[in-house]
Amino acid sequence: MKAYLTRRYMFSASHRLHSDVMSEEENVATYGRCNNPHGHGHNYALEVTVGGPVDERTGMICDLADLDGFVQREVLDRFDVQNLNMLPDFASLVPTTENLSAVIYDIVHRGFKSAHLEKVRIEETMMNSFEYRGK
Amino acid sequence: MVYLTRKAEFSASHYYHNPDFTTEENVRVFGKCANPNGHGHNYTLEVTVKGEVDPRSGFVVDLKQLKETMHREVLDVLDHRFLNKEVPEFLTRIPTTENLAIAIWQRLAPKLKAAQLHRVRVYETPDLFVDFYGEA
Repeated sequence: MKAYLTRRYMFSASHRLHSDVMSEEENVATYGRCNNPHGHGHNYALEVTVGGPVDERTGMICDLADLDGFVQREVLDRFDVQNLNMLPDFASLVPTTENLSAVIYDIVHRGFKSAHLEKVRIEETMMNSFEYRGK
Repeated sequence: MVYLTRKAEFSASHYYHNPDFTTEENVRVFGKCANPNGHGHNYTLEVTVKGEVDPRSGFVVDLKQLKETMHREVLDVLDHRFLNKEVPEFLTRIPTTENLAIAIWQRLAPKLKAAQLHRVRVYETPDLFVDFYGEA
């Protein structure tokens, strides 16, 4: 039987929303306070959902330790307590939470083979969240 | 179509063990969860039903009936129990969160009258939950 498992992780990072293809005025008009050149930070909550048949021998979709290990190594170690704008992923990509969701989706989709990735959901604050399920 | 979700909590203990595995294999696969003395969680259950709104009552489902069904079929059976030893499903199935969601679905689906069961979500902890939609 097919079920879906969601695991929630926390990380903290700073960012500045600024697009090189826009003028200064346009950046301020588009991003408002998020365009502050010094950046600002969030405590992000990341939810990773995998789906698949429940293995009759283990009662599990996949080994949770595998998922935790992968996300810790490939996602949290990379983004936690970092300035997102300084990372190669965002060298030419504005680190909005939309883009961050897609970047993290791609990392997990590409590298995690124990179960099928269904979606990535990120809460930037308690008031807003973003989901990405692939293209 | 409107979806209605009712939440409930129950506390239970469990451990993970497959009798077909060796002791070493059980420990390797299930880690600390293989401790046969068990350990416990405060589970949160979310039951989502769906249906058309009854024009006379304005309800998708009588919430009181749903609550009673959840209590009778699920909470009375699981709450403050050692799942492996006291709940029939888990005499033969490992009481993982996946299997709990499936077992709760199987208990509720035939008992719900007006509305159709849409999703069973079981939180084992605030940072781990499983959804089951009745898919084969």
